[in-house]
Amino acid sequence: MEAEKRQPKNDIEIIDFNFIVEIAIAMQRSGYRLSQACAAYEGDELNLFYTYVDDENNDCITVNAKLEDRDTVIMSITNVFPYAAFYENEMHELFGVNINMTVPDYQDRLYRIDQETPMAPARKEEE
Amino acid sequence: MKKRSVVPYGPQHPVLPEPIHLDLVIEDEKIMDVIPSIGFIHRGLEGLTSKRDFNQMAYVAERICGICSFGHGFGYCETVEKIMGVEIPDRAKYLRTIWFEMSRVHSHLLWLGLLADGFGFENLFYQCWRVREKILDMLELTTGGRVIFSVNKIGGVMKDISSTMAKSVLESIDSIEAELKELQKTFMGDYTVESRLKGCGVLTKEQAHALGCAGPFARASGINNDMRLLGYAAYGQLDFEPVISDVGDSYARCDVRIRELFQSFDLIRQCFNKMPSGDLSVDVKGNPKGEHFTRIEQPRGEAVYYVHGNGTPFLDRLRVRTPTFANLAGLCETLKGADYADVGLLVLTIDPCISCTER
Repeated sequence: MEAEKRQPKNDIEIIDFNFIVEIAIAMQRSGYRLSQACAAYEGDELNLFYTYVDDENNDCITVNAKLEDRDTVIMSITNVFPYAAFYENEMHELFGVNINMTVPDYQDRLYRIDQETPMAPARKEEE
Repeated sequence: MKKRSVVPYGPQHPVLPEPIHLDLVIEDEKIMDVIPSIGFIHRGLEGLTSKRDFNQMAYVAERICGICSFGHGFGYCETVEKIMGVEIPDRAKYLRTIWFEMSRVHSHLLWLGLLADGFGFENLFYQCWRVREKILDMLELTTGGRVIFSVNKIGGVMKDISSTMAKSVLESIDSIEAELKELQKTFMGDYTVESRLKGCGVLTKEQAHALGCAGPFARASGINNDMRLLGYAAYGQLDFEPVISDVGDSYARCDVRIRELFQSFDLIRQCFNKMPSGDLSVDVKGNPKGEHFTRIEQPRGEAVYYVHGNGTPFLDRLRVRTPTFANLAGLCETLKGADYADVGLLVLTIDPCISCTER
């Protein structure tokens, strides 16, 4: 009888934002690549998602770091995955995520748009 | 002493169908560094989730791009269906797969034409686009549209392919395949094409992995990452192997895409042979609540869709990570060390889709 085909993983795990870099290092050492990184607002809470993919088994693990204060500064993972710079610059320019040590930092010029952080909801004091 | 200068490239340029800007740091005609800028056609489509309900967003997703429109509608619907636990009918899965592969054919033929135009072979450009018209005609026959198809909906598809239409599609595919064999001879055998593409913009397998490249661009460097292997829609029922080359230059990228065209013809034929009869869609009740990431293989590579639903008709978040965005790092790497004269060609070899990238 033919063995049942293994279903690739596709999980979302919540992590502490202080461990974003450590997890990136662990994923890279396990042979995963960064498939995407993005931000999303849930009310005022900022969610960061980093999706890692293992091409050999097609497993996909997304880690979700929740930031209650949108002004929290997180560390860049460009030391681990250099191409994460595009995702981090995008998160900063469109969502206003504060990321420290992104290399290269495009200084708000990756997206040539007039509006600052167009995907971030208005702050309470602005309303 | 060598002199360094910065040359702006784009956003308007003869080889660029869509706007992207590159600041090229050059030293005696050699590219030393590249600083890209995008966003010239950023429309904020992801932000429309607050104004359009989750059913309407299927049509918004399709409008992310005019070339990959079917794939975006498909990717969005698959993600919402996963959140809502909706299992679509088998016939709908096959129909989606057929249209997806037809879209891949038109996208790859469009790219081949643009590439031929890029290296100055106008006749080849006309021939590719002439052949592409046939698949567009078949898309029009089966969906009613040539750019935006609007056949995907949450829970299945809205149109069927009748046996008469299927016969026309299969005949058209036979005809395109015969013509493509002739075009393949020119692309892969002509001296002028070879001289422009061979050894140009080499990206090794290690570099492609380290830079997170996707799609035919990565597969031409030996990376085996075809998302269709995940088995979504009807792909799990079809026999195919990813098309891979280990050379990594522009010629290999061209070779991989041409072989993928033949693979798509085969997949369409397999679908018509195996497609069961039955319903086209199921009823969907309620609103999406939860979140899901879906990865699908667009013509340009892995696209990632994230949807977060809060139980109301309006989604909290839609995220689309397109293959061109993933390939920007690879593009910058292939450009470093290249001649200034090759920049246009190298930009084309990642098959850039800027509308997708900027959303």
